[in-house]
Amino acid sequence: MTDAHTTGPFIAAIDQGTTSSRCIVFDKDGRIVSVDQKEHEQIFPKPGWVEHNATEIWENVQEVVAGAIVKAGITAADVKAIGITNQRETTLLWDKNTGEPVHNALVWQDTRTDALCKELGRNVGQDRFRRETGLPLASYFAGPKVRWLLDNVEGLRERAERGDILFGTMDSWVIWNLTGGTDGGVHVTDVTNASRTLLMNLHEMQWDERILHSMEIPAAVLPEIRSSAEVYGNAKGGVLDGVPVASALGDQQAALFGQTCFSEGEAKSTYGTGTFMLMNTGETPVNSYNGLLTTVGYRIGDQKPVYALEGSIAVTGSLVQWMRDQMGLIKSAAEIETLALSVEDNGGAYFVPAFSGLFAPYWRSDARGVIAGLTRYVTKAHIARAVLEATAWQTREITDAMTKDSGVELTALKVDGGMTSNNLLMQTLADFLDAPVVRPMVAETTCLGAAYAAGLAVGFWPDTDALRANWRRAAEWTPRMDADTRDREYKSWLKAVERTMGWIEDEE
Amino acid sequence: MAKNIQSLERAAAMLRLLAGGERRLGLSDIASSLGLAKGTAHGILRTLQHEGFVEQDAASGRYQLGAELLRLGNSYLDVHELRARALVWTDDLARSSGESTHLGVLHQQGVLIVHHVFRPDDSRQVLEVGAMQPLHSTALGKVLSAYDPVAHTEALEAERQPFTPRTVTDAQEFEAMLDLIRARGWAADVEETWEGVAAVAAPIHDRRRMPVGAVAVTGAVERVCADGELRPELIAAVRDCARAVSRDLGAGRF
Repeated sequence: MTDAHTTGPFIAAIDQGTTSSRCIVFDKDGRIVSVDQKEHEQIFPKPGWVEHNATEIWENVQEVVAGAIVKAGITAADVKAIGITNQRETTLLWDKNTGEPVHNALVWQDTRTDALCKELGRNVGQDRFRRETGLPLASYFAGPKVRWLLDNVEGLRERAERGDILFGTMDSWVIWNLTGGTDGGVHVTDVTNASRTLLMNLHEMQWDERILHSMEIPAAVLPEIRSSAEVYGNAKGGVLDGVPVASALGDQQAALFGQTCFSEGEAKSTYGTGTFMLMNTGETPVNSYNGLLTTVGYRIGDQKPVYALEGSIAVTGSLVQWMRDQMGLIKSAAEIETLALSVEDNGGAYFVPAFSGLFAPYWRSDARGVIAGLTRYVTKAHIARAVLEATAWQTREITDAMTKDSGVELTALKVDGGMTSNNLLMQTLADFLDAPVVRPMVAETTCLGAAYAAGLAVGFWPDTDALRANWRRAAEWTPRMDADTRDREYKSWLKAVERTMGWIEDEE
Repeated sequence: MAKNIQSLERAAAMLRLLAGGERRLGLSDIASSLGLAKGTAHGILRTLQHEGFVEQDAASGRYQLGAELLRLGNSYLDVHELRARALVWTDDLARSSGESTHLGVLHQQGVLIVHHVFRPDDSRQVLEVGAMQPLHSTALGKVLSAYDPVAHTEALEAERQPFTPRTVTDAQEFEAMLDLIRARGWAADVEETWEGVAAVAAPIHDRRRMPVGAVAVTGAVERVCADGELRPELIAAVRDCARAVSRDLGAGRF
């Protein structure tokens, strides 16, 4: 991208993700000026354990920031603010005097706290803290990970109680280091990241003392909870010395922000390996009775927080990868569309990829994957079609749950992520949802969301209306399926889902 | 039995030998297995290596099958792969040009639209993926006809229907136009297919420099042209986009 549209000033967004760290420089129109990216090591000490080296991550962040600034051919003076977005829930404790992590970061996928979460549920079960936090007690979330570290790193609890140890998700770690680290770094997190700890009260936007007590986590380690868009401090040292650090948002919330879903009922769905769908529910947290999470969408400065319902699908893009790598039915992920297009329909086959159980809205860990409706007629092309339909039906199940919980009908779905290049999938989504599916022109909605929030905080953009004006529709798919067919197919899908349940007889 | 070309038979035998074993083979192994003098075997291997059918390991000097053989068996570029690779670049092209962008490939006697990015102005637009366009009059079709020999034959043999008074239908004129396109590296369609519509297109090449498709910017003639000429910055933007997609497909810089 070398054209001469790039006259400053700019916003730099840092995306500290699960597999890599990236920095993207955006101009005032929200167009990408430059990108730099570096992957970091995935550490698997035991089955189910996943760790990151936080020192490596901080080095990579510095490198990609410098890289993006150089590629853009600009200096710190051209950059009005830095925005942060990050992999959510990944947990780190570090020594505030030395800046050294006390242990590798425990990544969100890490399941070592499964047993601890069961124990913390006591006689109530996994919904023990749901009313306060909007979340079930599950191993993803940060709180139990902090407890595990305090219990398992020798001498750590004493150091933590003495006030020498700081906890943070990756936003806190990056901001603390950016703003000086041991030399006056600010120890903060934003409401979206705090809402994924199981430790924050959703209604008060403060750490919940009762939960802290139950989880035996000393308050001294906790960062201050701030809004998602305000100046936390200025960068100290590095290529962006002096530039305000002005936003933090968990990655999925950043995508919601980047897709400019600022009104109640607006929703976005990000199609990657898995899929995350968030719907803006306005200024009230909506309790879910249909297996969704209640979370903070964003909070701009001292405005009221905006809440969201979240539904995730564990297996979407990874099902296509499975067809390629394990089944060998296709040579590249894109080829699934070619194969699926060679037939008119699914030939009666339905594929429910409950590889590690069913997630939202069912939450059945005893379920396993099923291909149902097989006859001699079915070919690999029908299976390819069923693979794509599985992603669309799972999205439909989440939107149905969202409608039930919020009472708001989905008017249109904004999509992003790698799978949006699959035209057949996008058309199928529109057909199954019976709602238009819209793809925006900037695919990098996560970084864009962080940039938008930071730009709002420093007045680079005046308000959310200006951001909406930046949003551009790149493509739109409208429903073409008749209601009878849709209802009949949905019924068959639900029958197939039923057949996945109860496969695992004993959880051990 | 008809007389065959001996060196080709020997080359084929070598490829079979290399395909049979799991390990890489040295020159003397190959020569003795096939009963050839080392010099003869080396000459054939060097030719095969030059064509990419055989590769030589730098450290051991041993030979193995080359990547080109795999590509031969897998030569067809999936259009959905092409769309996935082009997504970012065509979005950026639509954004910088303010016009809609299309990606087209040769399909039967016309251009199949495999990707379409809306004009970024929030107006009501319909996705044109799956639509067909004529080869002889559209910018996409002309680029394909100029660079892809199969498309060229199709365009020449077909009846070139005049859609507007500006459509080029005469065979000689058409050939001259394709020569110009090849010389310049891009094609235009100024009201040759639709009244009031103009487009600029450039070719996308894969890693073997094969033309696999074309990308175009299309819009109202008064926006795409200024003072009766195509806007040079649009031509540059389309060519930049085509080069970027080609690079993503593995084509070298050109």
